[in-house]
Amino acid sequence: MGVAALFFYLFATVTVASAFMVIASRNPVHSVLFLILAFFNAAGLFMLTGAEFLALILIVVYVGAVAVLFLFVVMMLDVDFAEMREGFLQYLPIGGIIGIILLVELIFVLGTTFVDPQAASVAVQPIPDMAETSNIKAIGDLLYTRYIFFFQLAGIILLVAMIGAIVLTLSHRTDVKRQNIADQVARDPEDAITMHKVKPGEGI
Amino acid sequence: MDAAFFDSYIWPVLVILFQSVLLLVLLLVFVAYILYADRKIFAAVQLRRGPNVVGPWGLLQSFADLLKFVVKEPIIPASANKGVFLLAPLVAGVLALSAWAVIPVADGWSVADPNLGLLFVFAISSLEVYGIIMGGWASNSKYPFLASLRSAAQMVSYEVSIGFVIITVLLCVGSLNLTDVVNAQQDGLGTRLGMPVNSFLDWHWLALFPMFIIFFISAIAETNRPPFDLPEAESELVAGHMVEYSSTPFLLFFLGEFVAITLMCALTTLLFLGGWLPIIDIAPFNWLPGIFWFVLKGMFVFFCMAMVRSIVPRYRYDQLMRLGWKVFLPISLFMVFITAFVLQYMGWAQS
Repeated sequence: MGVAALFFYLFATVTVASAFMVIASRNPVHSVLFLILAFFNAAGLFMLTGAEFLALILIVVYVGAVAVLFLFVVMMLDVDFAEMREGFLQYLPIGGIIGIILLVELIFVLGTTFVDPQAASVAVQPIPDMAETSNIKAIGDLLYTRYIFFFQLAGIILLVAMIGAIVLTLSHRTDVKRQNIADQVARDPEDAITMHKVKPGEGI
Repeated sequence: MDAAFFDSYIWPVLVILFQSVLLLVLLLVFVAYILYADRKIFAAVQLRRGPNVVGPWGLLQSFADLLKFVVKEPIIPASANKGVFLLAPLVAGVLALSAWAVIPVADGWSVADPNLGLLFVFAISSLEVYGIIMGGWASNSKYPFLASLRSAAQMVSYEVSIGFVIITVLLCVGSLNLTDVVNAQQDGLGTRLGMPVNSFLDWHWLALFPMFIIFFISAIAETNRPPFDLPEAESELVAGHMVEYSSTPFLLFFLGEFVAITLMCALTTLLFLGGWLPIIDIAPFNWLPGIFWFVLKGMFVFFCMAMVRSIVPRYRYDQLMRLGWKVFLPISLFMVFITAFVLQYMGWAQS
């Protein structure tokens, strides 16, 4: 057994164990932390297959940004743990169905490899040799030529979602004073100060 | 155990171990003096003497502080979440140190030189927020919690502009390898404008000047240095996420923060100030070894950060967010387009 295999089993075991802990731990913040551990080990698995770009992007995007926001929200929740326990059974059927669907898909993927070992090599787009091009280049070549339409579509969907979220949450309050930086910078002493000569005993 | 196994696994591991220990020791001694320099500069701006008691001119002050922290009693609050409470400073300290593994301090002098070194450093620096969030939440106290909420928003915001700055540099270089980033600056704008020798005008700071400034300011915000030290603003939050920490856990937080600062200085040096390249590539300057130039430039960036810290008053939180999202993000996004356009139009793009 090579060192790569050893690391594969290490990462895979920790991924599965921490994924289990995500749903098993009592404290939601611990769940998010275990989720982050699972992401890390998934990144390790990507590294082992030679996809170091995907591994680092997984860490930057999911661990560095998405999971931070998760943690941000979960930390602020005031969760009643006993109530959460009760709700667990209620969602079990839906969760179970999704789990079974995923399991069946996995069996199909593995099954094709067992039935026809050649199946994996007949990919739609041939995977370039890792020794010749770096995987970042290979991804770029595919993403910006063959899949450019889907890439831009995904971008537009994200943009629409972002605008939707802003529209739903943006409320312009008129009863608060706001700072207008441009106004402040544009002010000069002539407009801001007026001189009055006040005669004694009269006031302004 | 046969010789082939030793040659392919044991020996490289031993070499990497030795290099890592050497780098760590030098880095930690350096951090001790960076801390001292920070306090001295801060004092000089305020017309004070600064630390001057321990050792000649106070040079051993940082080591005295280290000893003090280590021998103190670590106190864990009764209602704290003990595991996460102790994990947080470890995360902060270890992550900051681990990014140094890929920083080349001179040509070929790095523990590892992966293809995606720049992305690795970016990934690690985007994780440094976890130490603060975990520490703030696990303390189970209001000030640390507020600090962790602030830092989560602040560090995620400024990562965005740092990411775009890195993309512009990446466009100019055509590689994410840090050694390539420096070598690409050997010959650039300066020689194109007619300088006879390679000089500091070739480095990216001139060609990408607005990005250099944005990166410098974002680096200060990303490392929670004043004037962006809102997670630990002592006049509002006492010491922010570190309120409940004492002794060695506090030391680890402190160390992590300063190692992150040295990392950002090193990154600024590599991306914009030509790394280990001499200031002008002529006789007396290019005799000096690359590490000398690297350390000199890193210290210059740190001096600028220390001056910013002592001169600029702390930002208000909404101003900080406005600067990140409404000023830096549009400018850096725009500059990505401009840079790509210029490179393509002038035919300077790397293949």
